[in-house]
Amino acid sequence: MNRRVVVTGLGVCAPNGVGVSDFTEAVKAGKSGISHFPELQELDFRCQVGGAPVLSEEILDVNFSALERKRLSANGVIYGVLAAREAWLSAGLQISEKGDGPTHWDRGAVFGAGISGIQTLREAIYKTDDGKVRKLGTSTVEQTMPSGISAFLSGKFGLGNWVTTNASACSTGTESVILAGDHIRRGRAEIMIAGSCDAGGPYVWGGFDAMRVLNSKHNDNPQKASRPMAEDAGGFVPGSGAGALILESLESAKNRGAKIYGEVLGGHINSGGQRNGGSMTAPNEEGIQRCIRGALSDAEVEPNEIDLISGHLTATRGDVAEIKNWSEALGRSGADFPRINALKSLIGHCLSAAGSIENVAAVLQLHQNFLHPSINCENVHPGIAAIIDEQRIVRTFEETEIKVVAKSSFGFGDVNSCVIFKQYTP
Amino acid sequence: MNREELTKRLKKIIEPYVQNKEAFENVTEETDMLQDLKVNSAHLVDIILDMEEEFDIEIDDDTAEKMLTVGEALDATERLLKEKA
Repeated sequence: MNRRVVVTGLGVCAPNGVGVSDFTEAVKAGKSGISHFPELQELDFRCQVGGAPVLSEEILDVNFSALERKRLSANGVIYGVLAAREAWLSAGLQISEKGDGPTHWDRGAVFGAGISGIQTLREAIYKTDDGKVRKLGTSTVEQTMPSGISAFLSGKFGLGNWVTTNASACSTGTESVILAGDHIRRGRAEIMIAGSCDAGGPYVWGGFDAMRVLNSKHNDNPQKASRPMAEDAGGFVPGSGAGALILESLESAKNRGAKIYGEVLGGHINSGGQRNGGSMTAPNEEGIQRCIRGALSDAEVEPNEIDLISGHLTATRGDVAEIKNWSEALGRSGADFPRINALKSLIGHCLSAAGSIENVAAVLQLHQNFLHPSINCENVHPGIAAIIDEQRIVRTFEETEIKVVAKSSFGFGDVNSCVIFKQYTP
Repeated sequence: MNREELTKRLKKIIEPYVQNKEAFENVTEETDMLQDLKVNSAHLVDIILDMEEEFDIEIDDDTAEKMLTVGEALDATERLLKEKA
């Protein structure tokens, strides 16, 4: 069975915009969501800037009951619920706030996570070590288990199909879209929530700071800190948040008369096996190229059909290798290379949430026919300029028709994913 | 603290966990928290923890098990407050 899969809902909770409307505006304007965190300075972090969604009391009150607000402290889970709930409603689907109503056996969720509940876990560890385990209350497990977010979503929406949380480091979000899309394509569900979330703050970001992979040179100028593809890209800027997409069989979307944002043509997930130059942190380049080619083949798209690459592009040494791998996998270079931009220039690297937020941005560009600016890339890295014409990098907002977008995400452990979206045509 | 004041503070603790809001409006000392107010049984544990914090008392498991109605919760709290004083 090979059914068509479309996107019928979008939701996002990003450092530069909470909600699709604010996020779209920010992304079009090239608005950065990176700011200075005094907490990181006090804790003597090398990198003291990062990205975190700004949640107003009003947004929290609208989306959570008083009891939920009282119980929830896991930021990642909060971001995830916000994004998924927005996506669900934008798809024209109903929510039963009371938790009653039917179980929908044909609806599920693949919603990835990183260390979403780390603040909650920290509090629990302190209480436990202090001999106060009985004070943990009843909300510790559901917020600290990796599948906490998907468990929340199943209850919110009465999901009776596959409900799971995937985890593949920074590849997680794109992986969730491919897994959920395949599930529908094979006829096993009609509607799936795909997405991912991750928390921010010192306990999530500390390990990366210690590895010296974060940019520590722009602590006094946060919005300039995330510099993908630039000659002076000095490491990534950590972020947090969540993105969500409602994927649906074309049949179901038509029956409901749902708005269609785009089509998921296919994708590919693999690993470089940490061989041939690949390691915990560096990719096996053959793995990346196989992943890109695998996605094209699954989507039945020719390399020359790709209009836009929404890259992984973190602003590390990996950027040059990524461009080289795209160029070799597609057999396109110079002025023939697709247009390319990096959402991380605006929101930093949201880790396990990165892929899903970037997938939302990719679909928005496809649906609204625009290219968002990739900021802080005034001086293109010479290694990149040697492969592609600099003009292929989108540096200012452009309105232009995009038919096919390729979105890639790569992660620790040498894992890769690539998904192909296409403008919907009946 | 008199019984009336105690009831007021207890009701404030219970309120967020109540799923049957109508029953809560007509709450009496005989009202059963699980049966009448439809509080999720897992959340009884949270109510106990909230009471411990609000009144600065310790409610052991045996006492907690017997606190099913609003009146029973009030009785236990009054006794523990007296023991503390």
